Amino acid sequence: MQSGAKHGDKMRHLDWKCLLINSMLLFGSLCVLTLLSDPVYAAEELVEVTASNVISPPELTAADYPQILGLNSRVTVWLVAQLHLWFAAFVLAVPIFVFIIEAIGMWTRNRKYDDMAYEFIKVSITAFAITAILGGLLTFCLFLLYPHLMQYLSGIFRESMFIYALLFFAESVTLYIYYYGWHWLQGGNKKWIHLTIGLLLNSVGATLMFLANAWLTFMMSPAGVDANGVFSGDSWAAIHNFLWNPINLHRTIANIAFGGSIIGAYAAFKFLAASSQEEKAHYDWMGYTANFIAISALLPLPFAGYYLTAEIYAYSQQMGITSMGGVFAWLFIIQAVLIGVLFIAANYYLWCGMGRSEGAYRYNKYIKYIAVVIVAAFLVWFTPHTLILTNVELKALGGPYHKYLGPLGIMPAKNTAVNLMILFTAISVLLYRRANKIPTVSRVEIGNLVQIALFTAGIINIFILGTYYGYFTNTVYKIAASIPQVLTTLIIIGISALIDLVIYKGAKEVAPLHWGRIPDRAQYALFLVAVAFTWLMGLMGYVRSGLRQHWHVTDVFRDNSVEAFTPTLGYAASVVSVGVVIFMAMLIFIFWISQVSSQKTVVHGYWKTT
Amino acid sequence: MRKIPRLFQMIGIILLIYFSFIVLFDYLLDQVIPSSLLRMYMFFIIAGVVAVFTFTEGSTEELLAPIMEMMENPEKRKVRNAVLTVMPILVGAYLYSQMVPSVEAPVELRSIHPAPPSSVKLFGKRYNLQTLVNPLRKYEKDDPEKFRELVREGARVYIENCHICHGDKLDGQGLYAVRLNPTPLNFRDVGTIAQLQESYLFWRISTGGPGLPDEAAPWISSMPVWQDFLTEEEIWQVILFLYDYTGHRPRTWEE
Repeated sequence: MQSGAKHGDKMRHLDWKCLLINSMLLFGSLCVLTLLSDPVYAAEELVEVTASNVISPPELTAADYPQILGLNSRVTVWLVAQLHLWFAAFVLAVPIFVFIIEAIGMWTRNRKYDDMAYEFIKVSITAFAITAILGGLLTFCLFLLYPHLMQYLSGIFRESMFIYALLFFAESVTLYIYYYGWHWLQGGNKKWIHLTIGLLLNSVGATLMFLANAWLTFMMSPAGVDANGVFSGDSWAAIHNFLWNPINLHRTIANIAFGGSIIGAYAAFKFLAASSQEEKAHYDWMGYTANFIAISALLPLPFAGYYLTAEIYAYSQQMGITSMGGVFAWLFIIQAVLIGVLFIAANYYLWCGMGRSEGAYRYNKYIKYIAVVIVAAFLVWFTPHTLILTNVELKALGGPYHKYLGPLGIMPAKNTAVNLMILFTAISVLLYRRANKIPTVSRVEIGNLVQIALFTAGIINIFILGTYYGYFTNTVYKIAASIPQVLTTLIIIGISALIDLVIYKGAKEVAPLHWGRIPDRAQYALFLVAVAFTWLMGLMGYVRSGLRQHWHVTDVFRDNSVEAFTPTLGYAASVVSVGVVIFMAMLIFIFWISQVSSQKTVVHGYWKTT
Repeated sequence: MRKIPRLFQMIGIILLIYFSFIVLFDYLLDQVIPSSLLRMYMFFIIAGVVAVFTFTEGSTEELLAPIMEMMENPEKRKVRNAVLTVMPILVGAYLYSQMVPSVEAPVELRSIHPAPPSSVKLFGKRYNLQTLVNPLRKYEKDDPEKFRELVREGARVYIENCHICHGDKLDGQGLYAVRLNPTPLNFRDVGTIAQLQESYLFWRISTGGPGLPDEAAPWISSMPVWQDFLTEEEIWQVILFLYDYTGHRPRTWEE
């Protein structure tokens, strides 16, 4: 045992060293960038800098883009950035729900929560080191392959880039104190200190992400610069650009959903590898919690997506149409398919989980109805606006417009469908949560009736908003109608959850809940959720970035490299898919490493006896 | 009565849904369901049906029982051999039917709304399409009588120039429409002009087929370059008419 502890100590020292090296790597590269952005150091031909410290974009030719080792610059940066983003999303998300679970543990004084929160953060520690390595690699790739662009951006964002580098140290320090101090900072005030460090860790993490978001959204919707891209000197204006907050909101929610799904995949991996019933029970509970977190964030995610897309459209008609009506429209169909996969897989996991208790059998008969609505809503959700028609079909229809399926291709139908999918997923969660319970309070029937009335009225309201306001009024109302639809859904979920809390307060268990009694196929559903999320992020990340088309910074700094064209959809999807495979391979490596670190080989006759 | 095995129940439900789509769309509604869409629909319907049939252990075992019986029971050797012979042949035949080259032209992914440029040069002037508004739209509130007159003028322009392809009911069913592929836009469809800002229509009408961007080439629109034949004001008038006649409102960000 002692040697195991020593081995663990060694591993931790190794972690520290890795972290230090990674931090220095990232910090060093950002310092180099910041220095290069200084007018004193900047070569004149890179960025036009005048005596009055004006920063403007240069007009480049293909020869201005360095070629290194025959690399395709765009694909290199694309893959490295995407891998960095996947890992960054994961390591930023995990502390958010670890903090919440730790707080729940403190509130309920249930040790189980604390142990699980610790295990969650443990998984993210190895990922943290990889995130830093990929961050350093990305910085170097950008600096070496796109020096002029980076010169321009770091000239505008020099302060925030420097703060970013410093914050990375703060993130590392708080994360490591949070993780390594977990068992030390237990009980009484110490536990409060630990929770506060968790809060600090999340605040630093969020600030890091918001700063990086400012740079990328500036490239989409530049602010603080004139029509020629000349920087006014107002850094805050450049940061607080048109798309900054929509991206901040969307990424925060998506990160939580993504982080939950990755932890769910980890739990599934451990469940399938478990050799004892006790281990199975533990990882089953972990998988359930992770899936619950992923679903909780998945429910509001489409709304954040609408907000972002509406803002993109409001910022630029061209960008809006390019994304959902133009060249990227088919990627949105793939997106719709993947979101549907997420909903079906997450629901399937919940339904399989009802087998943990005999008490849940009485609700099994309702599952088929939930499935019918979710699948039907899903079919509407991914019906494309532009149908792929064979010539025979085109002839039979008399044109490319389908009288009945055509109206399903536009947003009002999709808004209605997604709200229904969310509501029925919420019903799945409600059924799961009440499956093993018998209420003991009076007036249960009234509570149930109120819930049924709430869902019925809400669904009618969503239909009216989706059909009347969606098809028979002008576009202002069409867009605006999605807001009361969303509010309806959120209100129903919120109130019915509250009613459930009241009805099932002090409820009796029907039968013992057997954690670990869940089929293996449910674990594969968890893997599916993680893969679908990863792929989704990659594809939609490409769309977001590709909206700039041949611009480094939209309308002000032209990309004149040989790769300044929009690749075919198949090519883009292939690059993203390769990225997904690499990410999954790295993730499996992390899962495997977590297994290895707990294994010990006892050798005889190898070491000298002293 | 003997209960139908779960496996056959599942297959029966899937087939029933499949043929229901065909009967509903192709025969009852007289609007064929595109085969590409039906394939996508069926993929997820099968996923949903399988999910319902397998979420409990009992149901899964019952579902797989005939398969296990066929694979493991020595007495079922003949059936097993027959199934293991026929199944690959059926799958192979399906794949062959999908892959075999035909004389039919390949289908094209075509976007109905290509993205407009941020600015465009028309009538010798440069217009910023992000900020461009219909200069005649203001009369709708300020001077309704004049607005009606402009709409009438737009109707004249439409009938003289556009209806031969786009139809006298603006439904894309003009006299020439049957010979065009893609067929002219149906303005009454909720997915066309109701989704767009007026500046978009101004750009598309003015530049026609040749003015389409490269983003999703090849473009095969036969729309003429109307800035060569109409005045700027006539194009704005015809846009007023398109919205007025169809009852749609142009896409705007405020009322």
